[in-house]
Amino acid sequence: MIPLSWYMILAAILFSIGTYGFLVRRNIIIMFLSIELMLNAVNLNLIAMSHYLECLRGHTFTLFIITVAAAEAAIGLGLVIVLFRNKKTVYVDHIKELKG
Amino acid sequence: MNMPFTMPPLGPIMPEILLVCIGLILIIVDLLYPRNRELLSQLTLLACIGLIALLFNQKPASTFGNMFIVDPYSIFFKVICLLGLLMTTLMSGQYLTIEKIRHGEYYSLMTFSVVGMMIMASAADLIVIYLGLELMALSVYCLVGLLKDDFRSNEAAVKYFLMGGFSSAILLFGISLLYGMTGTTDLAGIAKYCSEAGIMKNPALLTGFALVLSGFCFKVGAAPFHFWTPDIYQGAPTSMTAFMSVAPKAAGFAVFGRFLMTGFPELHEQWGTIIAVIALLSMGVGNIVALSQTNIKRMLAYSSIAHAGYALLGLLAGTSEGYSATMTYLFIYGFMNMGAFAIVILLCSAGNRRESLEDYKGLAKSNPMAALLMLIFMFSLTGIPPTAGFIGKFYLLKAALAAGYTYTVICAVIFSAISAYFYLRLVRYMYMDDPQEEFVAQYSPGLTAALALSTIGVIGMGILPGSFLNLAARSLIGF
Repeated sequence: MIPLSWYMILAAILFSIGTYGFLVRRNIIIMFLSIELMLNAVNLNLIAMSHYLECLRGHTFTLFIITVAAAEAAIGLGLVIVLFRNKKTVYVDHIKELKG
Repeated sequence: MNMPFTMPPLGPIMPEILLVCIGLILIIVDLLYPRNRELLSQLTLLACIGLIALLFNQKPASTFGNMFIVDPYSIFFKVICLLGLLMTTLMSGQYLTIEKIRHGEYYSLMTFSVVGMMIMASAADLIVIYLGLELMALSVYCLVGLLKDDFRSNEAAVKYFLMGGFSSAILLFGISLLYGMTGTTDLAGIAKYCSEAGIMKNPALLTGFALVLSGFCFKVGAAPFHFWTPDIYQGAPTSMTAFMSVAPKAAGFAVFGRFLMTGFPELHEQWGTIIAVIALLSMGVGNIVALSQTNIKRMLAYSSIAHAGYALLGLLAGTSEGYSATMTYLFIYGFMNMGAFAIVILLCSAGNRRESLEDYKGLAKSNPMAALLMLIFMFSLTGIPPTAGFIGKFYLLKAALAAGYTYTVICAVIFSAISAYFYLRLVRYMYMDDPQEEFVAQYSPGLTAALALSTIGVIGMGILPGSFLNLAARSLIGF
């Protein structure tokens, strides 16, 4: 059986890749995908722990996270479309009306 | 496998269920009477008043296997959130007319976000905390981007969405680590397991704890996780800025307090220091950067970062005295900040938003009443007696001092003195300068009511603080 720590290390790596992507990439869609990657690292962590601890809470939590992530995707992409209608860009470097 | 299903008692969660129904009714009413906008705000107002009355009559109870707890602590925060909704609804009418926002979903989205906040206030389980938080946040993302043709509103919404999603992911990773280490998501269970197994020094547990803490700091807008606040406060519709600076912040503090108090009481020595640093940073960044702002909404955003720092002083004390001081402060802050934003809305007119500080020059000559009220709110935000802001700050500092954080308190007082500069600069503009344009503000009935309510709150709690403090102190009995 694969030990729990392997799953946790994999989840930590995925989470770090997601964080890196969010901080480095400038395309809103890619940044959003990075957040999804971070969420899926969390899901992996929860499922592995839930299996290892023989406790269903982690499983339940994962289902909730997937549901919320879907709602978040709908709202996020909606906001990006509204933004794109006003100014034809998806790069955060071009969105800098607000500063001070 | 055949497991019996028993329905958990729904009594404790009734206010939330009712509020969800009201949100749905608002959508239907909007569909059936598309021309009658007044009806929506009146319904929301009635719902707020009814629910506040219902909440005061609720008995302490818990349901869904102790995931959802009703206690005086949660009721207190729910009342703050509902009052925030009430005052925002009162001042929205005029603002929506000026900005020509005709979206019926405005009120229902606000209602749903308040449901999320009420769930957060009652949550005693990490799963419920997350769900409440997301319900609140997702509704607020939409509301921030409501001015669809205004690029600044789009920008604020997208930024808020990205930052919010990022902070949620960090929070969740922390939660997953906490769950893995303790085998439960129940806050009381986590505390019990930690003290029994003696894993307080476990690095994975501490990492999880730190990640959750930073997620919460994001949500309440405390430094160094504050950088989203100014942009979003400036770009959002002003009525939403008022709402965001009061209700989600109070809900965030409710979760923050319960997480620290129920989940990790034994780690107080460690998190006390961390929170002292966060509080000092917030007060420093908020008050010093606010000095150079020229936009009133941006200035109030930095001021809200500083006020998050003040409110953290009560949490860091870790005593029931400190918690009651934080609760009182958030209650008072709700009134004074709502009042200040009501004046910002009052000055707004079609085609000219008057959001620059320059626009306040000579306000005392053109609109003496508006200037006087703004003076009261600015005094209260600075913390000058006899306004409520002074009382709130006084009890926070007293609690932190009693817990032994002398240096933190000294710094807090110094930062508070610095903040007087930018609050009172606005007062100087209003009273010492000459008006730049002829402008007579229009008071709609709703806005007048919101202003009256916040003025009564600020002055009343400043002169008679005893009864409010008692209420906050009583809310902590049994914790």
